[in-house]
Amino acid sequence: MNVTQAAFRAGLFDPELPAPNGLQNPDGAQASKRFDVYRNNVAVGLSDALEAAFPVIRKLVGDNFFRAMAGVYLRKHPPKSPLMMFYGQAMPQFLRRFGPAQSLPYLPDIALLELAMRRAYHAADAGSVDPQSLGALAPDALLASRLRFAPAVQVLKSGYPIHAIYRANTTADAPKPVMKPENVLITRAGFDPQIHLLDQAATTCIAALKDGATLGETLVDDRLDLGATLALLLGQSAITSIY
Amino acid sequence: MSNTTKTIILASAVATAVAGLATTAAAAGDEKCYGVSLAGENDCAAGPGTSCAGTSTVDYQGNAWSLVPEGTCTAMELPAMDDGSARMGSLEALERDIPA
Amino acid sequence: MFDQPRDTPLPALPGVGYKPQHYADIIKDADPVGWLEIHAENYMGDGGRPIAQLRHLAERFPISVHGVGLSIGSEGDLDPDHLARLKHLVDWLNPASFSEHLAWSTHDSHFLNDLLPLPYTETTLAKVASHITQVQDTLGRQMLLENPSSYLAFAESTYSEPDFLREIVARTGCGLLLDVNNVFVSATNLKTSPQAYIDAFPVDAVGEIHLGGHDEDQDETGAPLLIDSHGKAVVDPVWALLDYTLARTGPKPLLIEWDNDVPDWATLADEAKRAAKALDGVAA
Repeated sequence: MNVTQAAFRAGLFDPELPAPNGLQNPDGAQASKRFDVYRNNVAVGLSDALEAAFPVIRKLVGDNFFRAMAGVYLRKHPPKSPLMMFYGQAMPQFLRRFGPAQSLPYLPDIALLELAMRRAYHAADAGSVDPQSLGALAPDALLASRLRFAPAVQVLKSGYPIHAIYRANTTADAPKPVMKPENVLITRAGFDPQIHLLDQAATTCIAALKDGATLGETLVDDRLDLGATLALLLGQSAITSIY
Repeated sequence: MSNTTKTIILASAVATAVAGLATTAAAAGDEKCYGVSLAGENDCAAGPGTSCAGTSTVDYQGNAWSLVPEGTCTAMELPAMDDGSARMGSLEALERDIPA
Repeated sequence: MFDQPRDTPLPALPGVGYKPQHYADIIKDADPVGWLEIHAENYMGDGGRPIAQLRHLAERFPISVHGVGLSIGSEGDLDPDHLARLKHLVDWLNPASFSEHLAWSTHDSHFLNDLLPLPYTETTLAKVASHITQVQDTLGRQMLLENPSSYLAFAESTYSEPDFLREIVARTGCGLLLDVNNVFVSATNLKTSPQAYIDAFPVDAVGEIHLGGHDEDQDETGAPLLIDSHGKAVVDPVWALLDYTLARTGPKPLLIEWDNDVPDWATLADEAKRAAKALDGVAA
């Protein structure tokens, strides 16, 4: 009896199935618990990868719930790539539809944030622009200038207090989250991604600059504190060049 | 907003930004990611043997789902939005839905 | 064919599997560790700390790149994207060695994150040999293939594992990575003799040796079932099997693998010291 990899794989994900015919104990008997070793390796290995990817989600739902949910997720969304550093890309949409998690409707946005932090961690290194070169531009040239951003830089918008929830679950003595929409900027000066709370005007400004708007084109909202916004971007090495 | 106004605002914003700079770059060996590693790694180890969740059926079959979220934030107060709209489901009321 | 080893091979010294939490200790004083092994997949991101650390370490230590995701034993084709990522890593790093496993982990475009077993038949032999040739041609270098830990047997197998590996070497010119703990685990699990396995092993092809800790479990009959957990110190019977192995192979690059419940550097360095002693006891 030849064991195909399709049969082996089907058995791995479905503990109700017997081990594929043709797998043996040393005495020649049909394997059972020995096949479970592989079942456990796969389930535990992928669950561990999800746990590493979503530590805040795990804190929010608790260990037992997370491990059980991981068991559902890994069967529905097995990895499409061998890079465990990027496993879990479908978690936001999975959480949106996962019945037992509906009582915590902010979870999908937290999952997006955790994925973005990891993306930032592994993003390509980028040199940052010399702030003086921005300061040296003539006013008219400044108005027509556009900015290039480091690959780690991301803007996330949410209807939930994602910044406060993230901080409350990753930082000692962080304040308790209060329900309000929050947007964040993720940067990586050096090697550690940082998360920054953005107001609505700064969010619109940075998102427009990332899309290639000129600095002049971002001056549409009186509430925008452009000085503080540029200081944040320059201070976090978020801008790689001016063009 | 006139272009002249924009030019003035912009020039002053850039001057403010450049004046108050402090970059915070970390070294290669000095990880401080909120106490959690963001790397996410492969390894070639096996484990944990023959008895654990990987062989349990109840942990992923919808009709046996009995767990509720019980993490740190279920006690978090998230009242309605400022405008009074209820964006959140109640944190107490729990839909014991069968996973799809 | 790649019959010649690299001009800068791994030294016949103790090495350890690199863990980022040991970075500062290693930079400060790595003694007696003479080289480091990394898992290829963990350095396939675009940048950031992992790549920066690796660049830094590679200036100080010979590096062995050990793949865990290529799925050389797949019934289907190798993933061309993954092979390209591997080529990129090997091209810029120019490591002292590249190795992978006699196992499969990807099926139907899904990666299962485990080293899954193969039957030893003419069919799998031809498939594995063709994949190894493809890898060596793509990378432009010889690779080492590692013997797996086995928990069960395939009724359809027609080769012993050492004979299967010997034939792979003959067809592809690859080298072998002999994991002595895996030999011990498999022999215990399949009720065979680990010494007989070493006696039958094509030792001339060995370019590296692995050592690691394992867990103890039982099958449904109460028979011992060892698990290749890499979660504790190497046990005495495996050190004894190492001595038996080194007497046949001579001194080889000798790696301590510790992937789960990773200890502090001092504990890992103690394992490396024991490995250094084992190497010292062998005539070159």
